[in-house]
Amino acid sequence: MSDEVLRLDAIGKTFNPGTQLESTVLRDINLRLGRGELTALIGPSGSGKSTLLNLIGLLDVPSSGELYLQGQPTRNSDDQTRTRLRNQALGFVFQFHHLVSAFSVLENVLMPLIIRDGRPSAETVELAHGLLREVGLDNLAAKKPTEISGGQQQRVAIARALITRPPLLLADEPTGNLDSKTADGVFELFRRINDQFGCSILVVTHDPRLAASCPRTVQLVDGRIVSDEKSAPAPS
Amino acid sequence: MLRRWRASAWTEWLIALRFLVDNRLQTLMILLGISVGSAVIVFITALISGLQDNVVERTLGTQAHIRVLTPDQFNRLAPLPDGAVSLTLENPRAQRLRSIGNWQDVVAVLDRHPRLLAVSPVVSGPALALSGVARESVALVGIDPVRYERIIPISEDLVAGEFRVGAGDGVIGSELARDLGLGVGDKLRLDGGAEREAVIDIAGIFELGVRELDARYVYLDLKQAQTLLALPGGVTVIDTRVDEIFDAEQLARRIERLTGLKAESWMQTNGQLRNALKSQSMTTEMIRLFVGISVAFGIASVLAVSVVQRTREIGILRAMGSPRGQILRVFLLQGGLLGLIGSAIGCAVGWGLVQVFNVFGPGLFQVTVGPELILGSVLVAMFAGVLAAAVPARRAARYDPAEAIRYV
Repeated sequence: MSDEVLRLDAIGKTFNPGTQLESTVLRDINLRLGRGELTALIGPSGSGKSTLLNLIGLLDVPSSGELYLQGQPTRNSDDQTRTRLRNQALGFVFQFHHLVSAFSVLENVLMPLIIRDGRPSAETVELAHGLLREVGLDNLAAKKPTEISGGQQQRVAIARALITRPPLLLADEPTGNLDSKTADGVFELFRRINDQFGCSILVVTHDPRLAASCPRTVQLVDGRIVSDEKSAPAPS
Repeated sequence: MLRRWRASAWTEWLIALRFLVDNRLQTLMILLGISVGSAVIVFITALISGLQDNVVERTLGTQAHIRVLTPDQFNRLAPLPDGAVSLTLENPRAQRLRSIGNWQDVVAVLDRHPRLLAVSPVVSGPALALSGVARESVALVGIDPVRYERIIPISEDLVAGEFRVGAGDGVIGSELARDLGLGVGDKLRLDGGAEREAVIDIAGIFELGVRELDARYVYLDLKQAQTLLALPGGVTVIDTRVDEIFDAEQLARRIERLTGLKAESWMQTNGQLRNALKSQSMTTEMIRLFVGISVAFGIASVLAVSVVQRTREIGILRAMGSPRGQILRVFLLQGGLLGLIGSAIGCAVGWGLVQVFNVFGPGLFQVTVGPELILGSVLVAMFAGVLAAAVPARRAARYDPAEAIRYV
């Protein structure tokens, strides 16, 4: 269990249950993610990838089944607990990167810690600078998000997702909005982080090249997992 | 616990301030609106209260706050036997000049009353003033000068001579002096009717600025006036001064119950003035209320727009672990800050307007802006800001993070 970051047991999700608009998006999803695994989640649009990611990210609640994050059941936990878990156990990277425009690049990276602890300490700021160096953007620390390019913004978002050292990093189409060269750079970064920080990464992607470069690929069709392949041994 | 609270408060302040600064143009415009609103409120409040104080002060400068009088006399009808019906044609009785019974005791009781600052027994009644061939009808006012000065400070309004009554000395108004052609040191004959006459020396001439009083009042020693009015040892009125002028009416009723006499407050004797003051205050209240409401709506709409604009950012903050309460407080704080800063600027502008009015205005009276007005305005504006922010803040806090993040 200690090696298991995430476990989904018979997860289902139905929107608007009991109404005419009822639609079942996910059925009987069983999935385990081990520590340090880099996994791609692929599937045609409408297959439920984003819904599944929202459930794993504790942004939404499954209709059935149980979701264990670091061994802790979450389906019945209250909003406060879920909020705390999001802050401490998860890192998010979104397609449209979503930096907060009122804050500088450095402050955006620090944001999860600012939310948790208030005024950041000198070590925390140093940690943020370190992560920015890691993604190659320390020279832009004082800039506003609107003053840097899309690829740079995405790298800032990755640094932000890593600042709490989360055991699980979730990425929703992280390269969907970038040109292929920038996308390669961002993906390369994911692999390096995976190696270096040892955190599990779950990437939702449309990009077959990106999916192919992941050691494990899970394919979702019509709300069911149709394949789960490991193309290479997971990093130890 | 406290540390957690402090950490959270720091974060909320940071985010609220950054959001306000980031929306520079919107923030500046709404601050302008709040400033104008609070400047209007401060200026109008200061102006009207200055005006009212001035009017009240002028009016009460020449009258007692509460006058205690003998109750009116009325006809006593013989009781009817049971079952009888009577048709009565009644002539109301003429009210002759009478003394307040046992007035020394009444004065002693009123002297001990904690809310009466001064008590002065007065005898007053009509007489004729004669000088050479000129005749004027006057009001004789017999007073104890020391006590009376605490009610109406006549000596502050003297234009000639000194305020001295007794031993054949008297003080008259400036209009009367002009009508009769008299000056300080001249003699004046007073006729109280029924061959009660006296000659007094004019020791001083006053001008209260109220024509009626300046043309009619003759101040005498209590004893001399009692003799002239055929009320030996009696007084007709007890004048009093109260600590809170707007409580006069209520105190008058209390004095009536206490003494069994009739008590008239200045509010009764100046019904017009009271109505004018009341409607003026109501108008001010209305203006303040509506300006306040429009300012609050301004804050609410600016924040509502900001909440919509920041939907995705709110979603991302929530995804990163920001609790609902934190998002709520970030927006409440913005409302409070807008109220605080806007009203602070507005108070400064209002204060400036008041100074301009004092220097360049009609100069009839000075308007002051008290610290309680400033403090009150700022507090009310802050409260209104927080209140106005409540609806948008709740909306922001309720956002479902998953949906908010996908919001375009």
